[in-house]
Amino acid sequence: MNLHEYQAKELFRSAGMAVNPGEVADTPEAVRTLAEGFGGRVVVKAQVHSGGRGKAGGVKLAGSPDEAAAHAAAILGMEISGLTVERVLVSPIEDIASEAYVGVLVDREGQCPLFMVSAEGGIDIEEVAATNPEAIHKLRVDPRYGLMPHQAYWLATRLFDDPRLARQAARVISQLYDAFVNSGASMAEINPLISTAGGEVKAIDAKVSIDDNELFRRPGVAGLRDPRSESGADAQAREAGLSFVKLDGNVGCCVNGAGLAMATMDLVKYYGGEPANFLDIGGSSNPDKVVAAIEIITSDPSVEVILFNIFGGITRCDDVARGIVEATGRTGIDVPIVIRLTGTNEDLARTILADAGFAAGTSMDEVVQEAVRLAG
Amino acid sequence: MSIYVDENTRVVVQGITGRDGSFHTRQMMAYGTRVVSGVTPGKGGRDFEGPDGGAVPVFDTVAEAVGETGADASVIYVPPAFAASAIMEAADAGVSFIVCVTEGIPVLDMTRAHALARDRGCRVLGPNCPGIISPGKTTLGIIPGRMVIPGPVGLISRSGTLTYEAVHHLTRDGLGQTTCVGIGGDPLIGTSFVDCLAEFAKDPDTEAIVMIGEIGGTAEQEAAAWASANLSVPVVGFIAGRTAPPGKRMGHAGAIISGSSGTAAEKTKAFEDNGIKVAKRPAEISSLVAEALGG
Repeated sequence: MNLHEYQAKELFRSAGMAVNPGEVADTPEAVRTLAEGFGGRVVVKAQVHSGGRGKAGGVKLAGSPDEAAAHAAAILGMEISGLTVERVLVSPIEDIASEAYVGVLVDREGQCPLFMVSAEGGIDIEEVAATNPEAIHKLRVDPRYGLMPHQAYWLATRLFDDPRLARQAARVISQLYDAFVNSGASMAEINPLISTAGGEVKAIDAKVSIDDNELFRRPGVAGLRDPRSESGADAQAREAGLSFVKLDGNVGCCVNGAGLAMATMDLVKYYGGEPANFLDIGGSSNPDKVVAAIEIITSDPSVEVILFNIFGGITRCDDVARGIVEATGRTGIDVPIVIRLTGTNEDLARTILADAGFAAGTSMDEVVQEAVRLAG
Repeated sequence: MSIYVDENTRVVVQGITGRDGSFHTRQMMAYGTRVVSGVTPGKGGRDFEGPDGGAVPVFDTVAEAVGETGADASVIYVPPAFAASAIMEAADAGVSFIVCVTEGIPVLDMTRAHALARDRGCRVLGPNCPGIISPGKTTLGIIPGRMVIPGPVGLISRSGTLTYEAVHHLTRDGLGQTTCVGIGGDPLIGTSFVDCLAEFAKDPDTEAIVMIGEIGGTAEQEAAAWASANLSVPVVGFIAGRTAPPGKRMGHAGAIISGSSGTAAEKTKAFEDNGIKVAKRPAEISSLVAEALGG
């Protein structure tokens, strides 16, 4: 789960970090009032879950409250990467002397938190990594000790030569680690971490991704989810415990297991079709999940056919069959359904489906080809 | 031969009295796995009833279970909130091989659990994995026993049901398996493709290896390079997620393309550059293995 910039900054402030001030607003009038409070010279930033906000025109500098309100009027309602901007963050313009990058994420290879810092901040860090990798300094953290003071200081001295600035940066880096661990993040980033002409170090942009597996035990963090940033289908899938990703094709896919679900999408493409979605109903068998899955798939108007691919292990084929019969009986599905079932309780599933007028194949290749043909 | 486990492996089941734990313990015992004890805190002193009426003693702690019954491997079916501490408990009790089936464990918990397991010198399989099965000998986890037959193929996979799909074709085509290992779909897993390849390399009965990978991370690329430098037996590969968009988690926590890294195209190329034949469809895996063994 991604946080908005203003939420990430709030998280950093509660760890004690020096972060530039800012308030969110959702009307140009409110932005004008905030700009007046900040002395007139402000930056207005779109709050959407997307990179490249600046390039898309979602970040504007204003020299006066009127200009800030005009920028807000343009940015609010704007679409960035398909997401509508509902709110903007208003912050005073800082007097920037230098910009650095500080990030921490969970490193797959080292199986521990990994810091990455660079004195070249303010730009896309992936670009720095590609063009000038030696400008990025890395440090692995033993999660049992946490980030030790000398490590934070070492990282800080990669960013600032002036010891007064380095000391402040070391504090920020420790606070970033605390916020990362205490919020259950998988990634936390300050870009840029600036020094001002007056000798202060502070964060002026913030990005945090939370590990979804942490949310059950962190209700405060879970409450930061922005329902407006999530489609109805995504929300329904999450509540039903389904893994769902919408795609652009017309073959709706319902599969048990993530690997098989990806392989099914790939096979649709292999036979000349386009998958409409990734959907994994998970390992446990439960007819209600199947009903929810069918509702989610059919809520997409571009879907021309629903393809089931079930390899029963823990998942019982008869449970899936009951879900299909129940969902079709309840709502009346007006697209064809093709079904592949094999494994646990396969025969019982076939009987249940046959009684309701459905046939089911056993070969993944044959059923995918049939689905692609029906999708046109 | 099998890798990591065999018919002599003595298994303690953590979470044996739970819904999933009890079901799969009976499945494992019916297959022939030597389940010697179970652990559920607060339920020590009871007996767990196996499929043939055989009783398995239940203990409050893994240390007691190991001390009383000589378990050397554990299988974990406890909920995500407690699974990392279950791994650490097993590692502390001297269990040398830990299979963690649980999906959804917070990744920061796993950084600590993996660090402790490494310190104690024990191997973790998973988490978020279907386990390991050696046909005719033993099974630890949830892989259905009826799908496999003994034979010359070693199989390693990040996925559960996609593994079943591949094994189904192998078995139907008469290509049995030495061991099938599900290494798990999480970003931080205890046993990698390379670890398994190194074990299969030591097994004279394994004449071909299947690696089933997916998008996310670089484990397949490392395995391809290792295989090319160290293996004398042929390897057949499959990569799931060619149609996955970047930046979206595809079910498995580890199945995500970050930026432009971890794509199926990149992994397929790494396989092919290292002489690994890549199946375009799951059904093709078996025919490529047959070809490799025939030639």
